[in-house]
Amino acid sequence: MSAAEEQKTPAAAPPEPSALLQKVIARLGPLIMEHCSFRGDDRIHVARENILEAARVLRDSPELGFDLLLDLTCVDYFGQPDDFEHAREIWDRSHNLIRKSAEWRHRVNMPARGDDPRFAMVYHLVSTRLLHRLRVKCRVPEDDPTIASLSALWAGANWLERETFDLYGIRFNGHPDLRRIYLYDEFVGHPLRKDYAKHDEQPIQPYTGPGAQEPRRPH
Amino acid sequence: MGPSHPATHGTVKMVLDLDGERVIKADVQVGYLHRGFEKECETGYYYQNIPYTDRLNYSSPMLNNVGYCLAVEKLMDLRTPPRCDFIRVIAGEISRMSDHYLCIGAMALEIAAMTPFLYVIEARELMCDLLDALCGARVTTNYIRIGGVLADLPEGFDSFATGRLDSSLRLLDDADKLLTENPVFRERLEGTGHLAPEALIAHGVTGPLLRAGGVPYDVRRVQPYLVYGELDFDVPVGERSDNYDRYLVRLEELRQSRRMIAQCFEKIPAGPVNSDDPRVRWPRKGKVFGRMEELIDQFKLVTEGGLVPPGEVYHAIEGANGELGFYLVSDGTGKPFKCRCRAPSFSNMSALEKMITGGMLADVVPTFDLINMIGGECDR
Repeated sequence: MSAAEEQKTPAAAPPEPSALLQKVIARLGPLIMEHCSFRGDDRIHVARENILEAARVLRDSPELGFDLLLDLTCVDYFGQPDDFEHAREIWDRSHNLIRKSAEWRHRVNMPARGDDPRFAMVYHLVSTRLLHRLRVKCRVPEDDPTIASLSALWAGANWLERETFDLYGIRFNGHPDLRRIYLYDEFVGHPLRKDYAKHDEQPIQPYTGPGAQEPRRPH
Repeated sequence: MGPSHPATHGTVKMVLDLDGERVIKADVQVGYLHRGFEKECETGYYYQNIPYTDRLNYSSPMLNNVGYCLAVEKLMDLRTPPRCDFIRVIAGEISRMSDHYLCIGAMALEIAAMTPFLYVIEARELMCDLLDALCGARVTTNYIRIGGVLADLPEGFDSFATGRLDSSLRLLDDADKLLTENPVFRERLEGTGHLAPEALIAHGVTGPLLRAGGVPYDVRRVQPYLVYGELDFDVPVGERSDNYDRYLVRLEELRQSRRMIAQCFEKIPAGPVNSDDPRVRWPRKGKVFGRMEELIDQFKLVTEGGLVPPGEVYHAIEGANGELGFYLVSDGTGKPFKCRCRAPSFSNMSALEKMITGGMLADVVPTFDLINMIGGECDR
């Protein structure tokens, strides 16, 4: 059986959502585009327009109570079809084949790029009272990398969004102070994007600190 | 203030607007130690990134190793043998003690208490000796491996460790007697740097800072990983959410860590320390030199890394300063597609502005020190 035939076998029926996801689905309803659990991590996908509303509901509902925004980051799925869901299906199906003969691993081809927007914002939430965790993902397109800021809901989002802006170039609407946080203002590009190579060089900036006007000493 | 100020350890710049000695506006600027940890991780195999994690929080490197390896193991759905889990807990708690010692000592020094600093730093030296005995390095440990640890505990480690831990706690008791009831010290710490627990949660603050505000959120307790579920320990919480409570919480956590290590030495089972899963373990050298399949296997493991199934996981452990999480996205190759470190120092530092605004300039120093900002972790 070839890898292509392997791919044709129909995927198994989606498993029942976890207890937490059922509560989240009951509360958020149509705002959720997609949900899944992997290795015990629950995850929902939300449209970009709805992120602020969804975040507010997640924070304020008494039975969800996600009061702590642990982390906020971005993933650059540059040239990738989806969140590697399809790749995982293929992986699971061909896993036995790969185990049997190592050269099969090279035949696990990635499918062509889909229509999903390039960036995905990832929010990790936890409830300090109910002690459950949730990941919220939200796709952001390449030509308009903007999304609503959550800094009005969680003060900690302020710095995290500045970091994401710095390293990925996502712009946050309604952010009070959107500046670069790690890099200097003259930095060209956003280094964690996949199209920024690791060895890309930056233009040299003139020194403007104390003593910049004084003549340089000869070597 | 900063980026290199004698009263701050770590490079951070604080632009303060003062009215007399009162801080009316603060702008905290981090990023002086940004080295592109995440970019670097995307270009290395999973096993090659472990040494980078040492350099995140360089005062508790073992905990970073453990956090990263647990995240990769969760992604691979890999179980480690029980002895390995116990060793990881022992190593992690030693590292946590070293971090808390450093935090308390540096804080005492920077508010001009020189003698306790000397005691506590000597206690930290003893912790470094233990790490040295475990892995041969005091700071850049690189001890935890995906699916195991570098090596089993050295011969007679438990008696060696017990001696070192006890003498370090005796030193801590000395410092405790000098500091805790000292009126000058209490006056510097009590009531300063206060921030309500709701505001702490909104800022994403975790760890000793949040527990000093009365929120008993400790990942070791609420989502036990490794063998923390089997150990008997208390989670100290404060009441007033000020610097003095933060100091007391760290002091008590040191003693709880000692308790945990003692229990681990009692309970640790014999057995292998490394998983024998062929996805991560290299075959034995005798077979590699004599047989074709094992040679190919080792070659593939080294040149392609262990293949990790596609998917994404977030795994959190309790770091010394708060929840240390790793968010990994894998595309099915041997290199992470994305490796994100949720650094506790970063979120904790974002709350510093609120803590110091409205207070005195001199209170900035203990507040900043008890946040225990570690540049490597905050700036990544």
